Amino acid sequence: MTRRTNRLIWIGVIGIVLAGAVGLSMFALREGISFALSPSELKAASVGPKQKVRLFGLVEEGSVNRGNGLDVSFVLTDTDETIKVSYTNILPDLFREGQGIITEGVLGADGTFMADTVLAKHDENYMPEGMAEKLKEKGVWKEAAK
Amino acid sequence: MIVELGHVALLIAFALAVIQSVVPVWGAYIGDRKMMASADSSAMGIFVFTGLSFCALMWAYLQSDFSVVNVWQNSHSDMPTLFKVTGTWGNHEGSMLLWVLILALFAAAVSVLGGNLPEKLRANVQGVQAWMLATFLAFIIWTSNPFERQPTAIEGQDLNPILQDIGLAIHPPMLYLGYVGFSITFAFAIAALLEGRIDAAWARWVRPWALIAWVFLTAGIAMGSYWAYYELGWGGWWFWDPVENASFLPWLSGTALLHSALVMEKRDALKIWTVLLAILTFSLSLLGTFLVRSGVLTSVHTFASDPSRGLVILAILAVFVGGSLALFAVRANKLEAGGLFAPVSREGALVLNNILLSTAAATVLLGTLYPVVYEAITGAKISVGAPFFNLTFIPLMIPLILALPFGPLLAWKKGDILGAAQRLVFAAVVGILAMVLVLGFTRGGSILAPVMIAIAVWLMVGSFAELAQRASFRTAGWSTGLRRLAGTPRSVYATAFAHFGVGVTMLGIVVVTAYETETVTALKPGETVEAGGYTLRHDGYVDEQGSNFQSQGARLTVFLDGEVVAEAFPTKRFYPARQMPTSEASIHTFGFSQLYFALGDLQPGGAVTLRIWWKPYVTLIWYGAVIMSFGGLLSLTGRRKRLAKKAAKPSPNAVPAT
Repeated sequence: MTRRTNRLIWIGVIGIVLAGAVGLSMFALREGISFALSPSELKAASVGPKQKVRLFGLVEEGSVNRGNGLDVSFVLTDTDETIKVSYTNILPDLFREGQGIITEGVLGADGTFMADTVLAKHDENYMPEGMAEKLKEKGVWKEAAK
Repeated sequence: MIVELGHVALLIAFALAVIQSVVPVWGAYIGDRKMMASADSSAMGIFVFTGLSFCALMWAYLQSDFSVVNVWQNSHSDMPTLFKVTGTWGNHEGSMLLWVLILALFAAAVSVLGGNLPEKLRANVQGVQAWMLATFLAFIIWTSNPFERQPTAIEGQDLNPILQDIGLAIHPPMLYLGYVGFSITFAFAIAALLEGRIDAAWARWVRPWALIAWVFLTAGIAMGSYWAYYELGWGGWWFWDPVENASFLPWLSGTALLHSALVMEKRDALKIWTVLLAILTFSLSLLGTFLVRSGVLTSVHTFASDPSRGLVILAILAVFVGGSLALFAVRANKLEAGGLFAPVSREGALVLNNILLSTAAATVLLGTLYPVVYEAITGAKISVGAPFFNLTFIPLMIPLILALPFGPLLAWKKGDILGAAQRLVFAAVVGILAMVLVLGFTRGGSILAPVMIAIAVWLMVGSFAELAQRASFRTAGWSTGLRRLAGTPRSVYATAFAHFGVGVTMLGIVVVTAYETETVTALKPGETVEAGGYTLRHDGYVDEQGSNFQSQGARLTVFLDGEVVAEAFPTKRFYPARQMPTSEASIHTFGFSQLYFALGDLQPGGAVTLRIWWKPYVTLIWYGAVIMSFGGLLSLTGRRKRLAKKAAKPSPNAVPAT
């Protein structure tokens, strides 16, 4: 076997693997990503009934409402708009009123956000990305006590 | 006083690193042996002074000296001593200091163990190591000084409760030994490019260092995964979180490097590619340590980040990664191409391994960085979740694992694929039997999981095909077979175990993903619930007081067929200093499977929410990693023996030192 055919074989193998990976990545980037939106952005955006999005914001004080069993609902706010979130599972340790959190789920037809995941960061000073800037603009941001 | 001495020691280490950045490299250039040799003592000095500095910081933690800002922010006088010690690196500044200390350790190791390296190569390697040391020491001193003082405070703010765990004692040091271990292979690659020459002797030198780094990185990642699994109370062992990806990327390319260096060592081929991989692997390590730390990527488990450091970090990354790649582009053509081989051969199999691993690393990198790039271009925030990685990474791993048992059975230069296939018939049969068995037990359900199980078993059994062939018990009988096994080089065992470990991990992943069950329920004292085939009874609440936390837990008795098999005690802790609650999951191991309990909120009426997972074969995920690391260690000890033998009788193809 000559060096040339040898090289051609390898170029072929690399080409197939790369083409496969690129194809898979393009497909997966269409399916596997979700947009992270604030309540105002979610209301302004047109989101399909089955499209998964991430919704981030602050848990409004006094809005947490525990229903039967594991049902819980609360209101997320970015100080402009609010969205009601319903969730059926155990909330994370750091879930608190006034705390910045991220939820993942779909927007229901009645405007309630059906979350299947609720994330609160391990850091007590955590703010969802973008939230801090927004609150600073509005002057409601309290510099975390260091 | 000791704190100030720690700071001064850091400055001295920096000064030494600056000297070592110039003198040995210049000495190698003009051929001055004294200048080249100076690196040995300076490298040792840097290690000693960085070590003193690290000890000074630890001393401040042990003394709970809250006049040191770093200690005040991350410690508490009530904390158990172990966590005061580990708290030293449970924060940005301290973890950076640990990182540099390990870098200095590896630089000192080259000085001590590199006695028979070619003089010039060695001086250049030590010079490159000093560039890194100087840069990161400067980074600590001027942007992340752990010794900063303040008017003393009465009490500290406590260490993040999530980090108050034995995991912090083991995971970061192991991971850093892995990350930073690749700094040596990087330094060797840059030195080779500077000199413009490279040969099989270079690979003989680089491979053990890559092996050491890989062993630690494998163990470190597995340890981190298990820590997240039991500490976070989410029951998951991998989240495709940027921090995890950051440690996984150098692992993927480091694994590729181990295999390509093997080709280079044995056959003098793939030189340019190996040098490139050495550069890329350490670049990914740097990315792992710093990009996440810089605040450019947000992750669920970074330390609070300071964006002002972000720019410095990006600049350092750009200089090292960009600089080394530019050097590669300019000098790579000076390195000669090596021996020829047919596509179906041991080399060919190793090249295929490299293609698949590098492509997999590229897709993981794409998914990790895509949100940053997307936001920079469109302004919209997105997240790339597990579905992306599962869709791209897994299809690349399947052909790798299918092909893996063939590799060691093929000969160098030109292999016999039919012969290899014949020797793997047994592995294929066992794999298919496993699939049929699983299908029989699980009736219904997807066919995907049983097929994946068959592939994992194929790899586990196939890994030992070479050993089985060498022993050939059937034709040679037991005693001859055993004698042959005893005479088999350790590297064959190393390969078998490392590959077997991959199969074990895969089996664990497939089984737990496909067959785990989750039960979420609210339970009052006295009530019982069924979960994962077990019956649990709530036996009431117990409150406890820890040294720096309060805890409340629920006693649960676990029954199987009416017999008590375990007592579970999941708790919730509250750390008053940080006003932070944490969950302490209760985990019970049955064979390789685990029953996992996490406590939720107390509900009005005395019930508590409870999450119970049945995790079949979950521990195989980590056992597999332990077996892989063991394989790496075998390979290391095996080559020491072999090299010692080689040194005793001069081999004809030994490369003379220049």
